[in-house]
Amino acid sequence: MASQEMEQLVQREYKQGFVTDIESDTIPPGLDESVIRFISAKKGEPEWMLEWRLDAYQQWLKMKAPSWAHLDYPEIDYQAISYFSAPKKPEDRPQSLDEVDPKLLETYEKLGIPLHERAALAGVAVDAVFDSVSVTTTFKKELSEAGVIFCSISEAIQDYPELIKQYLGTVVPKADNYFTALNAAVFTDGSFVFVPEGVTCPMELSTYFRINAANTGQFERTLIICEKQAQVSYLEGCTAPQRDDNQLHAAVVELVALEDAYIKYSTVQNWYPGDEDGKGGIYNFVTKRADCRGDRSKVSWTQVETGSAITWKYPSCILRGKHSVGEFYSVAVTNGRQQADTGTKMIHIGEGTKSTIVSKGISAGNSEQSYRGLVKIGPRAKGARNFTQCDSLLIGDRCGAHTFPYQEIGNATATVEHEATTSKIGEDQLFYCRQRGISEEDAVNMIVNGFCKDVFQELPMEFAVEAEALLNVTLEGAVG
Amino acid sequence: MTALATASVPGSEAFASEFAARKARFAADPSWMAARRQAGIARFEALGLPTRKVEAWKYTDTQALGRQQYRLADDASLAPAVKDALALDVDAYRLVFVDGLYNAELSDVAGLPDTVRVVPLSDAIVNQPEVIGGSLNRLTGIDFTPFVALNSAFTEEGAVIQVGPRTVLDKPVYVLFLSRAAVEGQPVTMSHPRLLVQLGSRAEASVIEHHIGESGATNFTNMVSEVMLERGAVLNHYKLGEAATGETHIASLQVEQPRDSQYRSINLNTGGGLVRNDIVCDLNGNNAHARLDGLFFGRDRQHVDTHSLVNHNEALTFSDENYKGILADRARGVFNGRVLVKRDSQQIEAHQNNANLLLSDRAEINTKPELEIYADDVKCSHGTTTGQLDETAVFALRARGIDEQTARGLLTLAFANEVMTGLGIDAIAERIERSVAGRLPSRFHLDELVDLSVELGGGAVAVARDEDFA
Repeated sequence: MASQEMEQLVQREYKQGFVTDIESDTIPPGLDESVIRFISAKKGEPEWMLEWRLDAYQQWLKMKAPSWAHLDYPEIDYQAISYFSAPKKPEDRPQSLDEVDPKLLETYEKLGIPLHERAALAGVAVDAVFDSVSVTTTFKKELSEAGVIFCSISEAIQDYPELIKQYLGTVVPKADNYFTALNAAVFTDGSFVFVPEGVTCPMELSTYFRINAANTGQFERTLIICEKQAQVSYLEGCTAPQRDDNQLHAAVVELVALEDAYIKYSTVQNWYPGDEDGKGGIYNFVTKRADCRGDRSKVSWTQVETGSAITWKYPSCILRGKHSVGEFYSVAVTNGRQQADTGTKMIHIGEGTKSTIVSKGISAGNSEQSYRGLVKIGPRAKGARNFTQCDSLLIGDRCGAHTFPYQEIGNATATVEHEATTSKIGEDQLFYCRQRGISEEDAVNMIVNGFCKDVFQELPMEFAVEAEALLNVTLEGAVG
Repeated sequence: MTALATASVPGSEAFASEFAARKARFAADPSWMAARRQAGIARFEALGLPTRKVEAWKYTDTQALGRQQYRLADDASLAPAVKDALALDVDAYRLVFVDGLYNAELSDVAGLPDTVRVVPLSDAIVNQPEVIGGSLNRLTGIDFTPFVALNSAFTEEGAVIQVGPRTVLDKPVYVLFLSRAAVEGQPVTMSHPRLLVQLGSRAEASVIEHHIGESGATNFTNMVSEVMLERGAVLNHYKLGEAATGETHIASLQVEQPRDSQYRSINLNTGGGLVRNDIVCDLNGNNAHARLDGLFFGRDRQHVDTHSLVNHNEALTFSDENYKGILADRARGVFNGRVLVKRDSQQIEAHQNNANLLLSDRAEINTKPELEIYADDVKCSHGTTTGQLDETAVFALRARGIDEQTARGLLTLAFANEVMTGLGIDAIAERIERSVAGRLPSRFHLDELVDLSVELGGGAVAVARDEDFA
């Protein structure tokens, strides 16, 4: 039943359409070498890239999907997925907002998304829904003046093959795990950022502004490189609910920070979580990893996860450079029948490395959520320091909250602390708010937002405001 | 066929051959025991020794156990002087086992109340099979771990402690497991002892489980313990691990706790080359309370692993766990504490704490305090810290004229002492204190200091007490 359902989903045509100009030839579901050759040829990739993909595919064939996560989902039939979808013709898309699911519009309303953007988000076939072209043009000009390269990874493979060859797959090896191997074999697009030595990127980069980025498909690959003393802040995702007909998503994100570089990577993920019974939601298997290669480099991951039926995601930092710093701030909210197994890995290799982990999990409804983290201190990481705090908030008695913090410490000079609490919203706190005339729902929202404050304040300003609204929408109906 | 099967499972043939060789020894078994033995060996041969690919054994490699030859001990003779040198000096009902076999001469259970039975397992199997048969393996079945399956195959001896309803035992029950020094050229001595504790409703007792070896011992001890409490029963379970550094000690323990029962485990480990403790507490009734305290101290190449699991199966159940680790030289410590709150088990309080002190750059600790919660009205927390001694505390002591080495030694001892406050039995506290201080690297110069404190603690206080009552 479930696999049938999924088949229908994956067989349905791609609703929102590719922006890149591709002839509309769809290949039938299934995965073999010819599919990979087809994708590579479609993208006009050089021979070495095809070799790289094929090698990944060969390794993937020998691997098994990981089963250690605290997740329960039917087995995925990888032969039932179409790995290259044709763009949808404009006449098949909704012609106006009237044809869009009213529930979706209601959500947009609550999030306060401007009217002119709603149509674009809902995939309505309107030309120039908002003035994105002019925004992007000024944007591109400013970036190129600074020397920052920001383009799709397909373009980068064409235009900057040397950089790609030097860095691609060096942080997350092709066969790191089952999903990275699959991604390496069939990835269709993603972002590429290169910030040269000494440059501070003049603006926050976001896929939102990148032309051709509207639909990067289900296998996304992102590579960000910060040279010495360079800085960049990158925003991924969007607070607006994203509908996607591809059920399986397996993205890979690689960050490279050289000496004194600073990368801030913020994510707001709000994929479709499925209906009330959890059917049809997105499966999100993501591998994100940062390599702090240079001394004193710093990488900061901030994530707000509210969507997806299944989330499997562990943004990590390899702290190789001396005195390099890794940070992880996360808010994960699950409701309905969502399941999330998420956390981070901090691998301390260099001397004096520091990491901070703040994870806030909120589970409501019938959802299951796990924090899974690893702090590893190597024998040479003298004076390494870690602080971990992971708190869970339970709303309702049918949900689950779990913590699996691994600590592997092999150095006597390291200081590692871990704190975790699990509780529900205190009756006394609620009473205090109610007594002052605040409705129960507002009180819960207030308390939940307070619970997440440590993470929200790490988000770029406009994201933080949206994230708060998003949280309230996600938890709607969970209380009272 | 069996040859093929055993060949494919790592490490099982070493035990299977001894099992086959000892057929005659087990011939006198009642049929129910024989059936369990067969089930145990079959299960073990199917599972083999756990590999590090199994999550529960991720940090502890037991494969080396499969590369040795084993034999069961044939006699339990031991000079009383050796026992006296190793045993705790406590006033208690005493059962003594040497290399896993019961030694009646060294044991002493005189003066037990009528409602209490403290007997060796072999005795119970013969004289009260109807009581033992049902209880044995009821909690820790052969699927608990491969080691429990292995124990079931070789089960022979152990301690059975049964306390009738409303009986409060006046003295602790002291169960001593001694390992003799290895004989050159002989296979490794193995033993698979059992501990079965059954407390009737509102009974109270203390059990001291003490494992100690002569310095040349290389035994493989595979302990399985089952504790069954009835309503309102209170048990203090002390476990003192002082095996020789050549020994391997694997222990599996499961505790069943109905309403109003209290179980306290004090697990103190300073010995053993490879030590693994699996502790499972089932809190099955309202107001059941489990408290797990532990201290492990490792040096040289010792490897000490503790896995605990507390199942909150009912509403209004409580657990507290506090484990401390001190690791020097190239010792490795593993702590995995898991708290599981079942659906609808509301109003739970569960707290877990694990603090570790690393004294050397090559020492290693792997810790994972897990919470798995399926109810919302809970107060659960866990914390873990790993670090060094607080430099400001060292400074504070030095500022008062104590040299640095002594200051560090004192603070290490204080760190260990925290678990032992309210231990209840002085002999154990002193033993651990000495053992930790005596085993600290010699640069700590603590020997004199500890001797002094023992004199004060043992002598002076006792005198004061006598005066009070006189």
